[in-house]
Amino acid sequence: MDLTFSAEEEAFRREARIWLEAHVPKMPLVSGDTREGFAEHLLWERALFDAGWSVVAWPRVYGGREASLMQWLIFEEEYWRAGAPQRVTQNGIFLLAPSIFSFGTQEQKDRLLPPIASAECLWAQGWSEPGAGSDLAALRSYAERVSGGFRLYGQKTWTTRGAFCDKIFGPFRSEPSGPAHAGLTYFLVPLHAEGISVRGCGRLDGDEGFADVFLDGVFVPDRDVLGGVGNGWKVAMSTTSSERALSLRSPGRFMATAERLRALCRKSPRGRDPVLRDRVVRACLDAEAYRFHTFQLATRLQEGHALGPEASMSKLFWSEMDVAMHETALALLGDDAELDTQAWMKQFQFSLAGPIYAGTNEIQRNVVAERVLGLPRK
Amino acid sequence: MRDALRELLREQCPPNAVRTVFEAEGPATIPGLWAKLVELGVIGALAPEAVGGVGLDLIDLMVLIEESGRAAVPEPLIDTAAVAVPLLAALSEDPRAARALARVLAGDARVAVALRAGARVVPAELLILERASEIHLVDSAQARLTSARSVDRTRHLQRVDFEASAETSVARGLRAQQLLAAAWDRAALSTAAQLIGLGARMLALTTAHVQTREQFGRPIGSFQAVKHQLVNAHVAVEFAQPLVYRAAHSIAREDPGATLHVSMAKAMASEAALLAARTALQLHGAIGYSYEYDLQLFMKRTWALAAAYGDALSHRTRIAEATLAAPGEEHA
Repeated sequence: MDLTFSAEEEAFRREARIWLEAHVPKMPLVSGDTREGFAEHLLWERALFDAGWSVVAWPRVYGGREASLMQWLIFEEEYWRAGAPQRVTQNGIFLLAPSIFSFGTQEQKDRLLPPIASAECLWAQGWSEPGAGSDLAALRSYAERVSGGFRLYGQKTWTTRGAFCDKIFGPFRSEPSGPAHAGLTYFLVPLHAEGISVRGCGRLDGDEGFADVFLDGVFVPDRDVLGGVGNGWKVAMSTTSSERALSLRSPGRFMATAERLRALCRKSPRGRDPVLRDRVVRACLDAEAYRFHTFQLATRLQEGHALGPEASMSKLFWSEMDVAMHETALALLGDDAELDTQAWMKQFQFSLAGPIYAGTNEIQRNVVAERVLGLPRK
Repeated sequence: MRDALRELLREQCPPNAVRTVFEAEGPATIPGLWAKLVELGVIGALAPEAVGGVGLDLIDLMVLIEESGRAAVPEPLIDTAAVAVPLLAALSEDPRAARALARVLAGDARVAVALRAGARVVPAELLILERASEIHLVDSAQARLTSARSVDRTRHLQRVDFEASAETSVARGLRAQQLLAAAWDRAALSTAAQLIGLGARMLALTTAHVQTREQFGRPIGSFQAVKHQLVNAHVAVEFAQPLVYRAAHSIAREDPGATLHVSMAKAMASEAALLAARTALQLHGAIGYSYEYDLQLFMKRTWALAAAYGDALSHRTRIAEATLAAPGEEHA
């Protein structure tokens, strides 16, 4: 792996640090998983976009500054170090957009990417259904061909921030018969149109961060099919790959958590306990390992290798590391951990979702065993 | 060069060659292997070309050391190539050090090091020994050596006693301290690199085993409990490895955080390799428990090296001291 940052990369880091220092809100915003907080976060997204920081690695024509993969990682480190607000645009930018870059037509790229970058169009991920979580291929929401496009029917659930978004992307069954993976099409669907309704629902951590989406004939034109009719599984898997590795969870986030954990240890009375200190070091070591493993991955990506089922290893690692960091924080807080005067308990609850979303860790272990180690499926 | 080394070790250091060393009555080596390692440039990797070395950097050497771990090479590669060669090169204004270096690079002498009081050495012609914060260079024939058995019987450990004198001392004072500290870091890091190789090898053996071993009418690798344990160990080794190269990079660049980075690498590598050993044994079942099966060679090396130059806990304690407030300190 290439560990020497070039002069250009160091300059980029300095530029990002200076801008963030000047512009990151001094008071934390209300959670972006609430209605009120979401609106505040959109203002922040606008500020990022106007200064060219919302999609740094994208082509300039779409609102980016054509930063390299390494520079993006550097930006993410600075972003989380500065305590900047969560990115409520993350589904559009980090999940959908890579799939648009890979599978979209020129017309789709030109039409869809700029509003993602500018936060003028917010996207939700329409993946799970009540009967299809880990077993995504069991999805039953379907699309019927009509003149000029499709009408969609069914239900998507556990849709993050779905109640606050403009559109939703996801796979639907376009071919009623045939094997489960075949006959799926990836659609880009308006959330505020006839034939679709959204009902927000609460999450474990108390935020209205989930939603159920009911589709009852909402119309989607042909130009909002991504990757071609019947190609939905392939496109969905590319989104999934982004979700598990680099794109969604850069090391910067966890490095910032590790730094906060160390700070908590230093100022907590229980931080004198050698057993707890060892737990802190273990958790922080993992964050360090994740950082350098990601640099290694990034070097390989820049050399032209594709990232396949190895993304599952990243997902396993960061999600369980994140839980461990938060469990350790709660241990340091002792009987103050249950109070709402600190943020760790809420963040701990969110960390518990990590081993579940983007494919449960049990599934991830199966994927690594079968597709990386070559163990037999049956 | 890594590929060439891999090929060499596949031919000259297969498990039964390691086993022969393991089962030998006293110190033994694999005939001809050391000469080939010298010829390939592994031993002289870190010496400057001007004195007959290869002029590689520490990162390159770690790749080779990791490879040596995969084959459980029963030779003092770490002591000689990673620790002694750069140390002797740094002291080469002293004719004794220069002579010793020449012998090592020519393949005429292996080196074993004891960097702290009470440290044990493996068999070698030359010894680099610490005594009262000075560095001594001694022919092993001039030292009193008492055998100590290791669970890994390829490690014919010996306790050392010798007559320290002005004749044997090649460095003292601040210079000696700095050289010893750097030597310790290289030793710990190289051990971490070998542990990564060992872990990877044990898991490769295990993966092959669970693909072929059938029970209940199917390969045991098709059972989720087997898959999941194997993946956990695989991920642990995979994510420990980058920290080894990061620390090598830090040492090469004289980064002030290098010693801490070495501790991170050793802590993670020790834990990962131990998990790999445990997992490998469990998933091999009773076959893995038998003496005849090769797995025990790699496991015993792992158990020995996991605690060499500091076990995971001692390195994490070092990290805690450096990155968290010292226990008992006033909290702000």
